[in-house]
Amino acid sequence: MVGGALKGARYGLRDWLIQRASAVIAAGYSMLLLARGLWVHPHTLAQWQGLFDPLAMRLASELFLWSILLHAWVGVRDVVMDYIHAASAKLALYGLVILLLATYGLWGTFIVWRVI
Amino acid sequence: MRFSGRPSGQAVAGSAVRPRPIYLNLLAIRIPLPAMVSILHRVSGVVLFLALPLALWLLEQSLGSQEGYARAVALAAHPAAKLVFAGLLWAYAHHFLAGLRILAMDLGLGLERRAARRLSAGILCAGLAAAAALAGAWLW
Repeated sequence: MVGGALKGARYGLRDWLIQRASAVIAAGYSMLLLARGLWVHPHTLAQWQGLFDPLAMRLASELFLWSILLHAWVGVRDVVMDYIHAASAKLALYGLVILLLATYGLWGTFIVWRVI
Repeated sequence: MRFSGRPSGQAVAGSAVRPRPIYLNLLAIRIPLPAMVSILHRVSGVVLFLALPLALWLLEQSLGSQEGYARAVALAAHPAAKLVFAGLLWAYAHHFLAGLRILAMDLGLGLERRAARRLSAGILCAGLAAAAALAGAWLW
C-alpha cells in the first residue's frame, strides 16, 4: 500500500495523547486552584488577585489555559466530525473554532500576565 | 439490563446476517448509565467550550479593577446568573469526573458491566453533589 493512502488517519494517536495529557494538566490545576481558593477564601479584590498573583501560579495558569484550549480543539473537532458531514461546512466550522480558541489564548494570556 | 433499542432480529430475506439498525429512536432506547455519563460528558464539554468567553470576561473584569470586581460580585448575586453559574459548575464537575472514568478505562479499569454501572451511577451523583457543594459555597 502506498504510504499516502493512510495519511488521513495518522493524527489519531497524537490527538488521543493530547486529549489525555491536557486533561491531566487541567485536572491538576483545578485541584490546585480549588485548594488555594478554600485556603485563601477571598472576600476582597486584593485577596482575589492574590490567588493568581505568584509567578508559579501565573505559569500554572498559562499552562492550564493552553491545555484547555488544545483539549477544546480536539473535543469540538470530534463533535463536529460526528454530526457535520458536508466538507465545506465542516471546514468553515473548524476555521471558526480555531480562530475563537486562538483569540481566547491571546486574551487569556493577557489576563494572566497583566500587572496587577 | 436488556438493551431495548436493538433491532427486532428479523433476518433479511435470504441472508443469515441480522439487519443493522437503520435509525435509532433515542426516545425508545433505554439508555444504560455508562452511556448517559458518556453523552453528558460530550454535552458538558460543548457547554464549557461555549462558556469560555464568559469565563475569560468574568476573570478579566473581576481581576482588573475595583469596579470590575464589584460588577462581577453583583452579577453573581443575581438569581438568573446563579442558575447559569451553578449549571456551569455542574458541567465542569461532570466533565472532570467522566474524564477520570475515561482515563480509568484506558488503564483497563471499570470495564466489567457491574463495575461500569456502579462507577457511572457514582459519577452522576458525585457530579451533582460537587456542583451543589461548590454552588453552596460560592453562590448561595
